[in-house]
Amino acid sequence: MSAWQFFLGHQREIAHATAEHLVLVLVSMAIAIAIGVPTGMLIVRHRRLQVLALGVASVLQTIPSLALFGLLIPLPFLGGIGKRTAIIALVLYALLPILRNTFVGLTGIDPAVLEAAEAMGMTESQILWRVRLPLSLSVMMAGIRTATVITIGVATIAAAIGAGGLGTFIFRGVAMVSNAAILAGAIPAAILALLADGLLALVERRLRVT
Amino acid sequence: MNAKSARESDVSIEFEAVEYSVSGSLRPPLRILQSVSLQIRRGEAVVLLGQSGSGKTTLLKLVNRMLQPTGGEVRVEGISTGQWDAIRLRRSIGYVIQDAGLFPHWTVQQNVLLVPRLENWQADRQARRFGEMMSIVGLDPTSVAGRRPRELSGGQKQRVGVARALAADPPILLMDEPFGALDPVTRAELQREFASLARRLSKTIVFVTHDLREALLLGSRIVLLQAGKVVADAPSAEFLRLDHPEVKAFASSLHPDGDALA
Repeated sequence: MSAWQFFLGHQREIAHATAEHLVLVLVSMAIAIAIGVPTGMLIVRHRRLQVLALGVASVLQTIPSLALFGLLIPLPFLGGIGKRTAIIALVLYALLPILRNTFVGLTGIDPAVLEAAEAMGMTESQILWRVRLPLSLSVMMAGIRTATVITIGVATIAAAIGAGGLGTFIFRGVAMVSNAAILAGAIPAAILALLADGLLALVERRLRVT
Repeated sequence: MNAKSARESDVSIEFEAVEYSVSGSLRPPLRILQSVSLQIRRGEAVVLLGQSGSGKTTLLKLVNRMLQPTGGEVRVEGISTGQWDAIRLRRSIGYVIQDAGLFPHWTVQQNVLLVPRLENWQADRQARRFGEMMSIVGLDPTSVAGRRPRELSGGQKQRVGVARALAADPPILLMDEPFGALDPVTRAELQREFASLARRLSKTIVFVTHDLREALLLGSRIVLLQAGKVVADAPSAEFLRLDHPEVKAFASSLHPDGDALA
């Protein structure tokens, strides 16, 4: 059976898996942003927290994704089989690019601008919210873009722990030795990643200040 | 008692036996300023002249508490900078730096009105002030108001920087080599304009430079710093006549052929 025939025969299933995949990615990204951006803002002023937070996020990133899913399963409360565990793993994975870019964006601002802001009598929180933050949005967005693309990819593996998504087809295809089934999962996932990348690149460019 | 009241009425900025040193964990502390005592009167335009590393920028930053002295005391309007609320102090002191340090995400108008906006001035007062500031620094308010700093030339940026520093009408203006990064023609133009502006404004101005020509043009008084110490302090009209090797070294920079000024 050709891939195209397989695709036509499983349209609804594929659409359902794509939607499931998107939900996994969106929920994970929302949580990762909600953790990563404020943490990045917090560590700007605390040297020790910088080392700790960036260190922890880097270590999490080095764990192979399949292993991270595997490690989470036996954990009480957080672990087990299903979407919740998958989302936790995806969040941990997305954290580093978001956290790092938030931090780099906030700290990589022209020192003359920060000197002027301080010398003209802006308070530290005014400098953070009115100067550092708007000037680092595009760098932050670049981190979110990287994290989103990674998450779309890693989310295919979430099917291995019963979280559904496009990975379901890929694992099924591997088990059945069916290239058609593998492609039915892989192609939509690749398209999602490309679309997300392009869309977020546009947002990033809009936010850039030079 | 008399001295004290004289100080309160006349002296704007006072450095008393000021020390500033940076302590490294391994190296012995680096003494950047050593027992500097200076009185700057209201309305005076004092130039801090010196080579790189002489401590002139450090001295400037002690005035608006960007730095705090490690010894001695800096007083602004009779009150030690340590006692001032740093934010209040800084909003009453204009500050201009070499790269202008304009906020790239704000328009020219937003940049200029930084302190009035922080101080929540009424909108119509802000708008009026913007017009006044633009005419003071020689820019056309309607054409530049909505522009971003990246759309300005170097000279225009610096004009906006000066306007921003003066917007809330602070009694004191600090300037750290404001014209240092400009091309020679623009620099000369801004120096000339600023010299006449400074005379009209009657503000206390502290101006840092390593350029003697600029110092002579803009300062009513020149304070020469060398290795963290004040080595000469004289009205600019008399400065070149001082008999100090560092003064002579600077003076010879005016005449690159080495011909002394006799």
